[in-house]
Amino acid sequence: MTMVRAASSRRSFLGHSYNLVGVAASLVILAWTLIAIFAPYIVPHPIGNIVDDDYFGPMRQGLWLGSDYLGRDMLSRVLMGARYTVGISLAAVSIACFSGVVLGMTAAVTGGWLDTCLSRFLDAMTSIPSKLFGLVVVAAVGSSIPVLILTLAVIYIPGAYRFTRALAVNINTMDFMTVARVRGESTVYLIGSEILPNIIRPVLADFGLRFVFIVLLLSGLSFLGLGLQPPLADWGALVRENIGGLPFAAPAVIVPSLAIASLTISINLLIDNLPQKIRDRNA
Amino acid sequence: MTNLVEVRNLRIEATTDAGRLVEIIKGVSLDIADGEIVALIGESGSGKTTVALSLMGYARPGCRITGGEINVGGKDMAALSEKERARSRGTDIAYVPQSAAAAFNPSSTIMEQTIEVTRIHDLMPPEQARKRAVELFRALSLPDPEGIGARYPHQVSGGQLQRLAAAMALISDPKLVIFDEPTTALDVTTQIDVLKAFKSVMRAGGIAGVYVSHDLAVVAQIADRIVVLKGGEVQETGTTAAILSAAKNPYTRELLAAFEPKPRQTQADGDSGPKPLLRIDNLTAGYGPVKPDGQPVIRAVDSVSLVVEKGRNLGVIGESGCGKSTLARAIAGIHPAAAGDIIFDGKQLERAVAKRTRDQLREMQIVFQYADTALNPAKSVEDIVSRPLVFYHRLDRQARSKRVDQLLDMVRLPRALRYRRPSELSGGQKQRVNFARALAADPKLIICDEITSALDTVVAAAVIELLKELQRELGLSYIFISHDLSVVEAICDQIMVMYNGERVEQITPDKVKAPTHPYSKLLFSSVPKLDPTWLDGLVRDPELVNQYGHR
Repeated sequence: MTMVRAASSRRSFLGHSYNLVGVAASLVILAWTLIAIFAPYIVPHPIGNIVDDDYFGPMRQGLWLGSDYLGRDMLSRVLMGARYTVGISLAAVSIACFSGVVLGMTAAVTGGWLDTCLSRFLDAMTSIPSKLFGLVVVAAVGSSIPVLILTLAVIYIPGAYRFTRALAVNINTMDFMTVARVRGESTVYLIGSEILPNIIRPVLADFGLRFVFIVLLLSGLSFLGLGLQPPLADWGALVRENIGGLPFAAPAVIVPSLAIASLTISINLLIDNLPQKIRDRNA
Repeated sequence: MTNLVEVRNLRIEATTDAGRLVEIIKGVSLDIADGEIVALIGESGSGKTTVALSLMGYARPGCRITGGEINVGGKDMAALSEKERARSRGTDIAYVPQSAAAAFNPSSTIMEQTIEVTRIHDLMPPEQARKRAVELFRALSLPDPEGIGARYPHQVSGGQLQRLAAAMALISDPKLVIFDEPTTALDVTTQIDVLKAFKSVMRAGGIAGVYVSHDLAVVAQIADRIVVLKGGEVQETGTTAAILSAAKNPYTRELLAAFEPKPRQTQADGDSGPKPLLRIDNLTAGYGPVKPDGQPVIRAVDSVSLVVEKGRNLGVIGESGCGKSTLARAIAGIHPAAAGDIIFDGKQLERAVAKRTRDQLREMQIVFQYADTALNPAKSVEDIVSRPLVFYHRLDRQARSKRVDQLLDMVRLPRALRYRRPSELSGGQKQRVNFARALAADPKLIICDEITSALDTVVAAAVIELLKELQRELGLSYIFISHDLSVVEAICDQIMVMYNGERVEQITPDKVKAPTHPYSKLLFSSVPKLDPTWLDGLVRDPELVNQYGHR
């Protein structure tokens, strides 16, 4: 995530400077978001319907992305898959980052035994391998969308906590924090008004990264058959169920992989190229 | 070629993050003869460090040398390739940074770092370099010159480290040494030793020097000539004596004027005599684990008692580590005292801030040294100043806005500044906002912890004037903590001298000339004067220095 860039590749807009890679990446993300929202209205075929006589059919008119291992329309399945992949990941990352950030800031501001207990407990959580944890939870309570969201969130809370705590501890030593404490401010004010505005940018970058991790983990879980259950499918599940098409170079296995790649890479690129506020007022 | 250094019409440009070019050095010319020490003086942002660094052909990231000549020993540093420049850095030209503590590598010994230059440039065998280093340590009057090289940087004091940085610069027999504010971070008592060491070594070796500083009194001791810079342009050049006695430029006169403390007119005594506002009895505060008798292991403040009267000011003076800041923090409750009573406005205060009532917190405000860290960079001036108004006074939006205007007027800031962020303000403006926030609480007592130390002389003088005016208008009391005697003298009715956590003496400003305690004598006599002969003529009682000086 290097931030050093030649001045010429950046343009400015509304007091922020941005570059073209960032714009392209945000367009891809925007497109997938719109697809996720409007998928039920734009899919050409219901996702469960078998519309092709052959399986692993090639791309052709009417079936723009070919058909899958049962002869279902791949385009419809990828479009609907966006819904599950983006939706579940977004819900999970929101829960993970919200809890992690609030806990991290609270621990940094409060210190003492609360900080110690939280840190040790969440460090212990970090030591559990994420896929194994998902496996155990799904085996114990079964797979459903709420269970998936909560499991993914729990797996990524410790990382968000550590990250935020490290940032907040630095801010906490600043004199303005002392001034606020001497004023008699409450912890809620301290974390919400004094610390958060100073760490919001790295926290947002962390949010994006964690979103990518969750997309990949969800795809991994689905690939193992622990994610969404048929006929619903997210992108990871689509890759798994069509893996048999790999010897035939079927679009059914390539397209969902490309979808995962395009979303995760775009988010990474956007994080690396976030618009920067121009501090030079005289420009 | 008569001069060692000839800079002609130097121009340096910087690129802002919006891609705009700003000229930060606008055609500076200066000469330095062999063996001459020239001081570059000016406020922060005047370009003095930029000019000094350009003598090594170096421009900080984002900056570019765009025009002019920099002739050093016959070479044009601006025209040389980076490789050739690197060859002359450390050999012909050496650099002593402002903060030696940050310039040393904490993980290797001092000797290794001192002789590193000779190894990089292959100047002499390591054995010879070590011998030369020990000679330099001795010449710079460092204690234990044979053994100090084996230590690590954290094992020596700040003043010693600064001299070691000079040894590092001098080991290759440079023709020119650049000193970048080398004594600014030091205590006055230490500063004298460092200055004396620098001066004698430079004079003995006939080495030319550039001395960057904002402190005219320090410069007066060491420089042959002074170049006054402002806004990237030379304001005035002259010999030290000429600048000090017959400055022509208005800005130079302003700098000089900031040095003459205006005598404080003592207020006429009130009808009923002075009433104590704050009384501290036998306050002890410290760090580390608490011993069975309830005392901390390390006592930073040891049984200090003091009284602040209504509408009067108390100055607390002492060098770094004497416990003056801990005292301020203990009074404010940030660092709860281990023992002792704090009686404020007739009522006993809890030791910890969390247990004090909101009104008690409101009436006693503390203002910190570094406005940079004391103001939240993510908030606008308006948000910063209006928070106490919401928190203590529960003012609604309109009343708040009006009050913010009043407060900005009080601290002489334009009202339009309220929309800016702290990073868009100058150092003096930030400190005023910092002060406005304290005023917003309507306090009775303001504890000022070194509030002018991070400011340039001219700006600091203006802030002190402002404090005096506000006191007259609002009937405030200040506790003024500083290591700078002239500042304390200018504003305080009583001066308390602290040493090693204890109160040494309390005197009034008119008796500063004749302190009774030996430490006060040493401290007060160590404050540099504008007189260029002051350092050479200074005779200090060696016993006193041994006892109290941290060498």
